[in-house]
Amino acid sequence: MAEKMALAKAINESLRRALDSDPKVLIMGEDVGKLGGVFRVTDGLQKDFGESRVIDTPLAESGIVGTAIGLALRGYRPVVEIQFDGFVFPAYDQIVTQLAKMHARSLGKVKLPVVVRIPYGGGIGAVEHHSESPEALFAHVAGLKIVSPSNASDAYWMMQQAIQSDDPVIFFEPKRRYWDKGEVNTEAIPGPLHKARVVREGTDLTLAAYGPMVKLCQEVAAAAAEEGRSLEVLDLRSVSPLDFDSIQASVEKTRRLVVVHEAPVFFGSGAEIAARITERCFYHLEAPVLRVGGYHAPYPPARLEEEYLPGLDRVLDAVDRALAY
Amino acid sequence: MTVESTAARKPRRSAGTKSTAGKTTTARKTTSTDPELVQLLTPEGKRVKNAEYDKYVAGITPDELRGLYRDMVLTRRFDAEATSLQRQGELGLWASLLGQEAAQIGSGRATREDDYVFPTYREHGVAWCRGVDPTNLLGMFRGVNNGGWDPNSNNFQLYTIVIGSQTLHATGYAMGIAKDGADSAVIAYFGDGASSQGDVAESFTFSAVYNAPVVFFCQNNQWAISEPTEKQTRVPLYQRAQGYGFPGVRVDGNDVLACLAVTKWALERARAGEGPTLVEAYTYRMGAHTTSDDPTKYRADEEREAWEAKDPILRVRRYLEASNHADEGFFAELETESEALGKRVREAVRAMPDPDHFAIFENVYADGHALVDEERAQFAAYQASFADVEGA
Repeated sequence: MAEKMALAKAINESLRRALDSDPKVLIMGEDVGKLGGVFRVTDGLQKDFGESRVIDTPLAESGIVGTAIGLALRGYRPVVEIQFDGFVFPAYDQIVTQLAKMHARSLGKVKLPVVVRIPYGGGIGAVEHHSESPEALFAHVAGLKIVSPSNASDAYWMMQQAIQSDDPVIFFEPKRRYWDKGEVNTEAIPGPLHKARVVREGTDLTLAAYGPMVKLCQEVAAAAAEEGRSLEVLDLRSVSPLDFDSIQASVEKTRRLVVVHEAPVFFGSGAEIAARITERCFYHLEAPVLRVGGYHAPYPPARLEEEYLPGLDRVLDAVDRALAY
Repeated sequence: MTVESTAARKPRRSAGTKSTAGKTTTARKTTSTDPELVQLLTPEGKRVKNAEYDKYVAGITPDELRGLYRDMVLTRRFDAEATSLQRQGELGLWASLLGQEAAQIGSGRATREDDYVFPTYREHGVAWCRGVDPTNLLGMFRGVNNGGWDPNSNNFQLYTIVIGSQTLHATGYAMGIAKDGADSAVIAYFGDGASSQGDVAESFTFSAVYNAPVVFFCQNNQWAISEPTEKQTRVPLYQRAQGYGFPGVRVDGNDVLACLAVTKWALERARAGEGPTLVEAYTYRMGAHTTSDDPTKYRADEEREAWEAKDPILRVRRYLEASNHADEGFFAELETESEALGKRVREAVRAMPDPDHFAIFENVYADGHALVDEERAQFAAYQASFADVEGA
């Protein structure tokens, strides 16, 4: 049934469906039970599925991921919540040295279907360590899959697919889009988890983004259209694997590419996209691939985040520069 | 220094360590023989009574005793062979268990088939008890794989190199057992150095909070590479458990009977739904941490000599001989078996094939990954370019 709901509610509904359809699915994390999570993404789940399915954990991120690995070894499919992006680092060791590698180390005998949910990114006026975008740090690690939905429908379906995946999936939730409503058809047949999608057709330049920056890029494309420029907007949806075929197809059409993400530009996912697209599309490109993102600085205090985060004008400026070649 | 901070320090001084000398005494307590050490067999091979734990080994037959002895002898022989193979350049590295045979065989033989074991990278004796072919343990040390066995075939997880990580996996697995309503238990191995890791502390917290059926088996072998236990803790390790709300026991780690009894007790507690236990097997690493280090640089010869007198194998032999549970024939036969094992291991290592080049790309993901596919194809093309040259 198609229904309009907020992105956070779509994840909630998706988790509910997973808990309902597979007794091996577990929800774990700090405050996910009675409180329903600090963003209420797990609201009501413990009430309906009980404390043994929706588990309030001790305040220990490494413990959350490490025990989820053990539960997965026992045949469970844990979906764990890290309360905020900046708090994932105590669990980083377990994710990188254990979760990512156990399947390969066991020559395929062991599967770790663990989903690590991380509300990420800025724009909500939070304090330190509550606004970061660490996806590149995870994408560098083989064995992990990294996805980030940009809208309610994707949030619903990508969570279903992440839970069903036999690989560990780091599920980055764009927290500033939690309250954005969109149509969710819970009976639809979703496309592949790692396939990018053209959200707006254009001919002059491609804007590639994922998660919270997709909406911004759509706004940029609308503003540019008023100036007579036709921008194509790609929602990458997945950071690892990255759908280079879709980016290439778009760039071969528009001949220009600007990548937009909140994470620092230096060594970020935009750098990887720029390098590979330059390799693949060298003779198609009319301009170097440009990147718009965060600076090589700690995420700033809330009163400065508008300067730090890519906004309409900064992206339009990059579009102008690319078109000037 | 402010007046406040001076004042704040005073009560602590009077409550605890009064002077430098006092601190030294406190620290030494962790390495001295503790009155609470559970021991059933003395270094001289004498059986001593223990009201609490005797019942866990009361029914042990002479045949089973000889079995424990055989396990220890063969494990030591295997370990010696692996050490030699490293010296001969056949293995890149080896982590010897020399001196820890009783802790591993005693605890390993206490496990039931449906229990699950989470080892570090030194549990060769436990692997032996679980039926993992010892030659499988050598693959990762030879560099042909990063694992070498199917963890689910023997309920023996792959070796874990990051210190203490596996204690959380063990706890999670035990939480799963509890959810399933099964009566199996889990045993997690780690060392005295690992006790300083956050993951070990978190596993204590989680296991206590969820009453998980897990036994934490700490082999305190006195040294974390070059750092003595005093650099890890100011209290005896088994006492850590108290702060988490579950029992901790220190057992003579060179006494196979005591290790068997205490681990059986702890596993039965776990199975009965009574939650986790910390067992500290007080033992000694006779050799180096791995073949890469040199213990003569950081510890005194006298220390090793003192521990040699407490050898875990010798005391069982003395007991078997004194009680007429084994004759010369048994020991001679075991010697032959031991040599045969050494030969088998030596030949197996030398015959171990290098992995296929494309193994790099195998099992990186269960569901596949576009980048891995792309890079595998590039690698194949690169490899094929050499074939063209050779063919030309």
